[in-house]
Amino acid sequence: MIDKLIDYLQYPFVIYALIVGILIAFCSSLLGVTLVLKRFSFIGDGLSHVAFGAVAIASVLKITNNTLLVLPITIICAILLLRTSKSTKIKGDAAIAMLSVGALGLGYLLMNIFSTSSNVTGDVCSTLFGATSILTLNSLDVWICIGLSVLVLVVFILFYNKIFAVTFDEDFALATGTNSNIYNLIIAITIALVIVLAMNLVGSLLISALVIFPALSAMRVFKSFKSVIICSACFSVFCAALGMIISILEGTPVGSTIVAMDILGFIIFWIIGLSRKGLAK
Amino acid sequence: MALLTCSNLNLGYDGTIVAEQLEFVVNSGDYLCIVGENGSGKSTLMKTILGLKNPISGSILFGDDLKRNEIGYLPQQTVVQKDFPASVKEIVLSGCLNSSGFNPFYTSAQKKKAQASMERMGILDLASSCYRELSGGQQQRVLLARALCATRKMLLLDEPVAGLDPKVTVEMYGLISSLNKDSGITVIMISHDISSILRYSSHILHVDRSQLFFGTTTDYLQSEVGAMFNGGVSQ
Repeated sequence: MIDKLIDYLQYPFVIYALIVGILIAFCSSLLGVTLVLKRFSFIGDGLSHVAFGAVAIASVLKITNNTLLVLPITIICAILLLRTSKSTKIKGDAAIAMLSVGALGLGYLLMNIFSTSSNVTGDVCSTLFGATSILTLNSLDVWICIGLSVLVLVVFILFYNKIFAVTFDEDFALATGTNSNIYNLIIAITIALVIVLAMNLVGSLLISALVIFPALSAMRVFKSFKSVIICSACFSVFCAALGMIISILEGTPVGSTIVAMDILGFIIFWIIGLSRKGLAK
Repeated sequence: MALLTCSNLNLGYDGTIVAEQLEFVVNSGDYLCIVGENGSGKSTLMKTILGLKNPISGSILFGDDLKRNEIGYLPQQTVVQKDFPASVKEIVLSGCLNSSGFNPFYTSAQKKKAQASMERMGILDLASSCYRELSGGQQQRVLLARALCATRKMLLLDEPVAGLDPKVTVEMYGLISSLNKDSGITVIMISHDISSILRYSSHILHVDRSQLFFGTTTDYLQSEVGAMFNGGVSQ
């Protein structure tokens, strides 16, 4: 089995996939904690559907490098979503649901009407589940991914204290003179970046898993914000690496295998959390 | 000049007025309690003073060089905070953020300030405990310590004793009172606990859609509305 793995590691596309996969898992878990705590768990799902819609538009318009279109659209939607949560007219969860379903439906419709390929269902399926694209990355994709991941990490470290304050108590931060809106904007832009990145790996349907599972698992066991973030990053990287290795060896779909590992990890952390509580009593 | 001057203030949501014609002045060192029935506009008033909402009309003026980032605030607890994984130290330290500016990290002076605030609130031994596992009274102390990191001048407290048992309530009032008397911090507080309000506060603002009373606590007791409210609640 190890031999087989070493065999596979000779191919550059396998190495690329591993690098990109681990980086995306890392970035999404960093923001996941904030999103879960701010009750925005589903923003990953919503935005990824928006990104799917944007991909559909890009393919209809025959734009070859669709990131150029997908990224701005997703960022704009992220900003709108995090903003509407404050207005009382449409609540955050309803807005996300609306945008998510709307973009998915329209995207599929567009792809169907203006289809250029003979296999629409196959195209849609791979965009949603990201079945193959991670194995077809070239070195430019990898460098873009490394660049964006470094950017996300730097932004996260520089704004860590502010992100904590805005997540824990936005009103307090605003009332005591911290400009929460700017930091919410930064969070929105960063999450949009991560999601567009993650589309390549797990496809739009499974992105939520990368955002939610590491954060929730870490929160079962750890008790300070910093330790939760560090643990969730490690958890996510470990599950993504394990999932990808298994999927390479066994030929299972990459995205779903990673999610299966995440679920397994969550169950383990949940049990650890429970037993700790039991011991404390 | 007074620390805070509100004149001809009308408050509300989406153009609907919930409280009108508020006129009051808070001087440095005052302990002002805002009282009134539920829905009388107390919380809206506090949010407007804090700049979380805009007033419909009228003005709020800060005097004595008081800046927006020199105000401490003890909000009511939110749902998000109930299961928030954070240590006491992290939360208290986040109160120092308003003096950070563009510096991405906390300075050692800010860390000392957080340390001193925790000591003042008697929660130094809880510094590395998890916030969500503390009792209600301990959580309020943590949030008060955080507010202390944000200010040396003025504290706004929104029902600081809600949901606390009688013993902890007395302790909490004692802490707030000592901040007002010993440290000279101006306190503006919303509370329903009329007997404690009369005991600790120096001034009272009674709001019920409009301003029913503003003045010192002694005057309030002799006023018609004060006698009625006091009698109505304690019976």
